[in-house]
Amino acid sequence: MATADFDTLRQRLVPAAGPASLSHGMLVFALAPAELMPTVQRLKGEFAFDLFLDVTAVDWLGQTPRFEVVHHFYSTVHKVRVRLKTRVSEADPSVDSLVPLYGSAAFMERECHDMYGIVFRGNADLRPILLYEGFVGHPLRKDYPKQQEQPLVPYRT
Amino acid sequence: MDTPLANPVRSIFEGKLRDDTVIVNIGPSHPATHGTVQIIAELDGERVLRTDVHCGYLHRGFEKECEDHTWHNLIPYVDRLNYVSALINDFAYCDGVEQLMGVQITPRCRYLRTLLSEYSRLVDHLTCVAAGLMEMGAMTAFLYLVMIRDYMYEHLAALTGARVTHTYGRIGGLARDLPAGWLTRLEEILTQYEDFIARVHALVDRNRIFIDRLRDVGVISTADALHWGYTGPILRSTGVPRDLRKDTPYLAYAELDFDVPVGIKGDNYDRYFVRMREMDESVYMMRQLMDMLPEGPINVDDRRCTFPDKTLVYSEIESLINHFKLVMDGPSVPAGEAYCAHEAPNGELGFYLVSTGGGTPYKVHVRAPSFVHMGGAHRMLDGGQLADIVPTFGSINMIGGECDR
Repeated sequence: MATADFDTLRQRLVPAAGPASLSHGMLVFALAPAELMPTVQRLKGEFAFDLFLDVTAVDWLGQTPRFEVVHHFYSTVHKVRVRLKTRVSEADPSVDSLVPLYGSAAFMERECHDMYGIVFRGNADLRPILLYEGFVGHPLRKDYPKQQEQPLVPYRT
Repeated sequence: MDTPLANPVRSIFEGKLRDDTVIVNIGPSHPATHGTVQIIAELDGERVLRTDVHCGYLHRGFEKECEDHTWHNLIPYVDRLNYVSALINDFAYCDGVEQLMGVQITPRCRYLRTLLSEYSRLVDHLTCVAAGLMEMGAMTAFLYLVMIRDYMYEHLAALTGARVTHTYGRIGGLARDLPAGWLTRLEEILTQYEDFIARVHALVDRNRIFIDRLRDVGVISTADALHWGYTGPILRSTGVPRDLRKDTPYLAYAELDFDVPVGIKGDNYDRYFVRMREMDESVYMMRQLMDMLPEGPINVDDRRCTFPDKTLVYSEIESLINHFKLVMDGPSVPAGEAYCAHEAPNGELGFYLVSTGGGTPYKVHVRAPSFVHMGGAHRMLDGGQLADIVPTFGSINMIGGECDR
């Protein structure tokens, strides 16, 4: 990554997406849930972040708001990644779905919904993907016990 | 058992498109798909109208398990993500942890990791191409390639102690240095590889059956590929030279001379050829690296992550305590978060690591290329023939271990 390009991009991005921090060479933006969709629209439209890399969440159990939804984007033009962090509360763990902008978001949001119970408004298909129909709870939440079992086929006795 | 088993999967199809179509399940355990994946397809005769791809049958709670082990203890788990190229997983993960710790690996380790990453890529592509050819009946080509692959597995076992899941990366270095004569044997294998890969080229490249089965099948455009998150050989097969080794160089890639092969129209034939050409580039890079490989230590001298020498552990108290703390508490990784991406054989393999300080990760998330690729697989399968599902799915090279985690 050429440093000059990165700095130029940073100077243009920060007014558009709000205050940023730099973490291990990546620009990180902390957003309110309502800002997510407009920010991503600008990232994609104006700054050529054409590849939606990843969405996941971090469960900061004991803090409020409890969940942090983390999106990663990559620009194949600028060869730069950005990270967006959106805090959502336990009572309303929902953010806008990015499916209208990136097709790849559909599967990854399903996984995040499986694992953390984050609701992606606008993603019509939040069926279980790594888990199975009828699974109770969200296993990557910190209050889901690691040893808990939900066998789909009863154990032979 | 009194009650019937519940279906673990609910299809997205609510009824059929037309009266004369049929909905079939392909998989999850099907002899022609390598990988445990279920494709629910609606067929009009032999034509695929729409598909619903389900993965998750290999889900084993990797990310949950990671939160309960020290940073070091994750390395064997990481191996089992993409178990065909375990070394690249190791190095990408270790690189992420090293970023968090601010550790600079030694020059010899950097070159060795690059060399072994390319070796792993070679093994992975050999497997993918061989399996894809076998599924179309090219048994000779399959045996040629798998024979070479087995030489490589044995050769890697001589270095790491295991054929497939090597557990060779260490935070701040590698498990052990090269044994005597290892590079000589590597050159022998590469020479044999060139001989057999030439035979495979001669057998299939201009073969009518092969071309008819692959050309213009499973086509995807660059814009679609980006929209659906494709990276790696699939994105390159559409004609764009997007490769992390060139775009955001890591390890020693900035010092190497290599090309990024691209396809023309993003069909199965292009994906076959991109992989074949990438293997040649890997061999070219490995030969450069064998010449560049410097002498020196393979582990950083950092007590936070590197294990002390065994003789010191048995003879002095400081090293004994150091060893004990590293085993019991794990390496002390400062609080922070890092996303570290390497160019894996299938595409961008990213590790998103969150630390709150201490020896155990707070969160480990893997951006697995196979999983993302499954999300867009229906774009390649819809509209094709039923029989094309097998080679198209083969050319995506879905690896269950990293897809389902």
